[in-house]
Order: sequence, then C-alpha cells, then structure tokens
Amino acid sequence: MSTAVAQKKGFGAFIWDYLTTVDHKKIAHLYLVAGGLFFLVGGLEALLIRIQLIKPDNDFVSAGFYNELLTMHGTTMIFLAAMPLIFAIMNAVVPLQIGARDVAFPFLNSLGFWLFLFGGLILNCGWFLGGAPDAGWTAYAPLSTVSPGHGVDFYVLGLQISGAGTLIGGINFLVTIINMRAPGMTYMRMPLFTWTALVTSTLILFAFPALTVGLFLLMFDRLFGSGFFNASMGGNSVIWEHLFWIFGHPEVYILILPAFGVFSDVLSTFSKKRLFGYTAMVFATTLIGFLGFMVWAHHMFATGLGPAANSIFAIATMAIAVPTGIKIFNWLFTLWGGTITINSAMLWALGFIPSFTIGGTTGVMLAAAAADYQYHDTYFVVAHFHYVIVGGVVFGLFAAMHYWWPKMFGKVLNETLGQITFWTFFTGFHLTFFIQHFLGLMGMPRRYWTFLPGQHLETGNLVSSIGAFLMAIGAIVFVINVIYTSVKAPKVSGDPWDGRTLEWSIPSPPPHYNFKQTPLVRGLDPLWIEKMEGRKGITPAEPLDDIHMPNPSILPFIMSLGLFIAGFGFIYQVDNLSYLWLVILGMGITLGCMLTRSVKDDLGHHIHKEDLEKEGAEQ
Amino acid sequence: MAENTNIHENYKRKKNKEEMKQQVITFALMIVFTLIAFGMVMADLSKLFVIPVLLVLAAVQVGFQLYYFMHMSHKGHEMPALMIYSGAFVAFMTVLTLSVLIWW
Ligand code: HEM
Ligand SMILES: [Cu+2]
Repeated sequence: MSTAVAQKKGFGAFIWDYLTTVDHKKIAHLYLVAGGLFFLVGGLEALLIRIQLIKPDNDFVSAGFYNELLTMHGTTMIFLAAMPLIFAIMNAVVPLQIGARDVAFPFLNSLGFWLFLFGGLILNCGWFLGGAPDAGWTAYAPLSTVSPGHGVDFYVLGLQISGAGTLIGGINFLVTIINMRAPGMTYMRMPLFTWTALVTSTLILFAFPALTVGLFLLMFDRLFGSGFFNASMGGNSVIWEHLFWIFGHPEVYILILPAFGVFSDVLSTFSKKRLFGYTAMVFATTLIGFLGFMVWAHHMFATGLGPAANSIFAIATMAIAVPTGIKIFNWLFTLWGGTITINSAMLWALGFIPSFTIGGTTGVMLAAAAADYQYHDTYFVVAHFHYVIVGGVVFGLFAAMHYWWPKMFGKVLNETLGQITFWTFFTGFHLTFFIQHFLGLMGMPRRYWTFLPGQHLETGNLVSSIGAFLMAIGAIVFVINVIYTSVKAPKVSGDPWDGRTLEWSIPSPPPHYNFKQTPLVRGLDPLWIEKMEGRKGITPAEPLDDIHMPNPSILPFIMSLGLFIAGFGFIYQVDNLSYLWLVILGMGITLGCMLTRSVKDDLGHHIHKEDLEKEGAEQ
Repeated sequence: MAENTNIHENYKRKKNKEEMKQQVITFALMIVFTLIAFGMVMADLSKLFVIPVLLVLAAVQVGFQLYYFMHMSHKGHEMPALMIYSGAFVAFMTVLTLSVLIWW
C-alpha cells in the first residue's frame, strides 16, 4: 500500500506527491480520505441530534445549536461525504473498467478535488467563527436570507466552491467515458458501473448549474443587498425553492445511480452470472436520469402550486418507480440460479434490495400529492429519504469499498470485521429509521428541537436513538478494519474475486499507467470471455510501446486555495470593506494560476518501452 | 496505392471546396439576418411581431454556427449533439415550467 512507498520516500515527499498528483488512482485516495473524514463528522452530528431527541423535553444542546447540527448534518452528508465518496469510487474504477490509462482531463480531475475540499473546509469554518449554517440543508428563503450572523454565508460560499469542483469532476468523467474507451468497448459493452457513472455525470452537468444560480442569487441577497427572494422588494422566495429542487431532485439520483451500478457489478460477480437484463438495466438507468428532471416540484406539494401542477408532478414522480422496479427485478433475476458467494460486499448488496424497496414504496406514497399534505415535513419524510440514501447510497458505498478495496490497495478487507460492520450497521439502520415512519404518521414534525412528553413519542425516539449508536459502532468497526487490513493483511493477486470486467485483468494496485498495452474488448464482461476461452489475460489491442502520461502539478491546489481566501473576503466585507483586499488577493492567486497554466506548455512525459519491458521481467 | 491516395485526395479537395462554399453562403446569410434584425427594430414595427421573429432568427443563427462553423454535421459529433439537445431541452422545460408556475 501507499504507506510502504511513504516510508521509502520520506513523509514530505509523500505529502507533496499527493498535493500535486493528477493520477486518477491517487485522486481516488484523496476523495476517499476526505469524504471518509467528513462522513465521520456528519455521523458525529447525527449522534448529537439523536442524543438530544433520546427523551422528551431534553436540553442536551440548545435550540440554536440544534439547528446548526441539523443543517450541517444534512449538508455534510450529501455534499461532503456522499458526493466525494462516489467520486472516489468513480476515480478508482471507471478508467480501469473502460481500459483507459487516465481520465480525459487529469489536471481538472485534481482541481475538482481541491475545490471540493476547500469548499468543505469553508462550510465547516462556521463552527469556529461564530456559528455554522442553521437554515436547513435546503436553506429556504426567507429563513436563509434573514438568518443572522455569517452562518449561512459559509453555506453559500462553501457550496459554491465545492459545487464548482463537482461540476468539473462531472464533465471530466463525461468526456472520459465518451472518448477514452478501449478498442471494442462499445456503449453496450460498458460495465453497468461505468454506465451509471456516465448518466450521473450528465445529471451533474445539467443539475448543478441550477444550484450555482440559486447560490449566486442568495449570495447577492445576503451580502450585497439585492432582493431576489425578498417579497417586500418585489422578489419571490418561492424561486429559491424551485431552483434548489431543480438541482436537488436530480442530486438524489446523482447519488443513487452509481450505487445501482455498484450493486449490478457486485451481484453479477458473486452470482457468477452475467447481469440479467443488461439492456433493460441501461435503459432504466437513462430513463431514471431523464425523468429525474421532471419531478422536482414533488418537494413543493405543500407550497401551494395548485392542483393542476401538483397532479402533473405527482404522476411524473410515480412514473420513476417503474424503471426503478425494473432494476429491482433484474437484480433478483441475476441472483436466480447463480452460484452465489456471500461475503461482505455481497451482504451489503443483498441488504440493499429490501431496504431500498421500502424507501421506494414510501416514495410513491409521498408522491400522492393529496396525501403528502399529511406527510410533508414530518418524520415520515425523514424515514423515506434515509431509507433511500442510507439503504441505497451508503450501502452501495460500503459494497463498493469491500469489492474494490483489493483493486485500490492490493489487500482484501478482513471478512469477519466486514460482517460485523454489516450486521451492526444494518440492524442499527432499521432500528433508527423504520420507527420514524410511525413517528411521522403520529404527527411528529421534522427539524424540531424537542418533543413533549405524553404524546406517545417517547418509545419511538428512544429506539431510534439506540439504533443510531449501533450504526456508529458499525462505522467504527469499519475504520478498525481498514487499519487492521493495511497493517496485517497479506497482498492478494490482481483478481481475487474471479472477476468479469477489465479492472481485474491488471495488477492490484495497478501501475500508474494502468494498462501496459491497451486491451481489446470483445464483448460484455471482457475478462470473463477471455477466461471462458481459456486465456489468462486480455488480448492486447496494440504492441508494447512508449506510454504518454500527464505531469503532476501544484496549480490545482493553489487555485483552490485562492478561492478559499477570496471566499472569506466575500463573507467578511459586509462587516468591514477592507476585507475586499482578501477578495482581490484570493482571486489574484486563482487567476494567476490560470494564466500560468494557459501560457506554460505542459506536454507530459513518456514511459519508455524498455522500462516497461524490464518491469514485465521483474513481475 | 498511389492511385488510391489520389482518388482520396481528390475526394477530400472536392469536399473541402463544397464546405467552403457552404460556409460562405451561411456567412452571407448570417449577415443578412443581422441586417434584417436591426432593420426591424429601427423600423419601429410592432413588438408582438419583432420579438418572436428576432428569436427565430437567433435560433437559426445558432444552428448555422453549430453545424457549418463548428462542424457538428460531421461524423463523430453524435454525442455532443445529443448533449446539446438534451441540455437545451432540459433548460427549456425548466424555464417554461418555472415561468408558468411563478407568474401564472
Ligand atoms: C421511487 C422513487 C422515489 C419517489 C417516488 C420519491 C418521492 C419523494 C417525495 C414525493 C418527496 C417529498 C416529500 C415531502 O417533502 O413531503 C421525497 C423526499 C425526498 N427524497 Fe425521495 N423519492 C424517491 C426516491 C428517492 C431516492 C432514490 C432518493 C435518494 C437517493 C430520495 C431522496 C429524497 C430526499 C433527500 C428527500 C427529502 C428532501 C428534504 O426535504 O430534505 N428519494 N421523495
Ligand atoms: Cu425528489
């Protein structure tokens, strides 16, 4: 693993290596570590929320602090944990699955990461600088425009900067998947994870601009005295809701689609069968992506759009359940008659199917607009989205990590610890959230600081809090597993699972050029085809030759640092105009880096044929 | 072989010529369109007439730009075309729905 390299090279060189890397595999490590840390922070916030709600009339935290915890939990989990962890898996896997040596824009790939990280840091700086954002992760105006202090400003600028990073990452993967597939890798031969990465990147491209626009308007309302969302100045606060959900609903599909891809690959590998209904799966993925843009107003049924609009959006929303159902059945049929291996990765996939189905069912219930007047803003909605996001996205990330860990680090995660993680987390998850459906139906509103005794809400909340602690234990066991594995576990071969797709045809961890010779793809599940025909590896598509690779660069880091500095300038110039100097300094750094990048030719470097041959002999 | 390349060269030259002709024509058309647009505004015609016509002219010009100057008609541009059209579609639907919902 990388630690071994670190000891050889010295700590400083190791850090410098990661600060400047443009290698998609190392950027995957960066996303994994940063996303993982934010996941732990978000989890801690969740535990504090659940401690506060463990009994009626509790005053473990103050009401104001509760609002901050709640806002930062949602924002952190969606933007700073789930998104980057998905990018971690996409970076680690997609280029390998399509037989590419790197992504299309390695420099932008690294820029995307650093923008995300610095954006996330700005968001969390609020904790230490007089109060974190406290207007909910949805930041509805006018609450968000009048919220005192700088809390919501951190939300606006942090998300704006990390959102730019996400947009860049999405575009990079779009171009990579469209242009860099190995010979023979047609669209209909791409592994399902690559397909979902493609559709997710498209959704990012189309959905994030709505958030960018919304955040700009909010920024001007808060920092420069405009009134886009201020009714008394002729604005309209409902516009924020629209902009947020035009982004927000596609965002939930941005998160879930890659998880669908992970499960498709995992289920097919461990059932020893090709994915059932591959074509239907591709079709369902694109259809979900498409419909995902036509349903945003289902979050606004209670806003008062009128019966016509509500009905249209209700029906469009229910339609999404159809392609989702297609997927569920295809997974079940993939299992049917397969030679099934059950290990940690597979457990997460098997646990996902019923959990996500529950979430989908409550989704359709919520989509009935008339009924949603009852459900809206109660714990029923909280239960719904945790069933789909935890039961879908988080389970998917765990499955992906157990499945691809050997590819990323050359070691298989410990199986016993993996199963302990699964069972504690799975039990904790259902304990926490199943009962929240009933709390919601009993009328407990979401986002409230306390609840009263004597309303039959005590038991439910207690059970829910106990479940949260079980989930925390599961997460901690996973961290222990990671440490234990990297210290103790033996190295494994490049193909520990008897895999089907290209990433398993190369060593683990892959050399930094991935494929010595570009592979020739002869069908779906290319490695499996070769195995069935008695060959050891993939047939190469080209003779051994020099390989061209991009050079590392520190510019992405400095560019993002510049925006980080400028962000503080924007926030604090309200108090004192001299902070505008920070804006000028920060923007100067960023623009200077862009200029440097534009005028300085960086042609990359070559790995020579002779060196590649020597390496081959060593192996 | 030599003959083969020759045929190929010939074909390419002919194709280039063809394309050049098209580009000149579209360029001329675009200038005409622009003149019409300015003319209509200066002639103080009814707004109800001018604005839709302006929009149509603009849309056609974008099409010219994409197809004749940015070579979207060439092979290998299917994916960018798909992306542009779906993006335009999503944006159009969104703006339409938003305006209907907010200002109805
Ligand atoms: C069968 C598919 C689905 C349907 C029909 C559906 C429907 C809905 C509806 C109608 C609401 C609004 C409820 C309200 O606020 O009153 C909602 C909320 C939500 N859904 Fe879903 N949903 C589906 C799948 C998903 C998936 C796959 C995810 C994420 C991975 C997701 C994440 C969310 C989130 C985060 C919210 C709440 C946002 C908030 O108000 O904070 N949903 N869903
Ligand atoms: Cu939604």
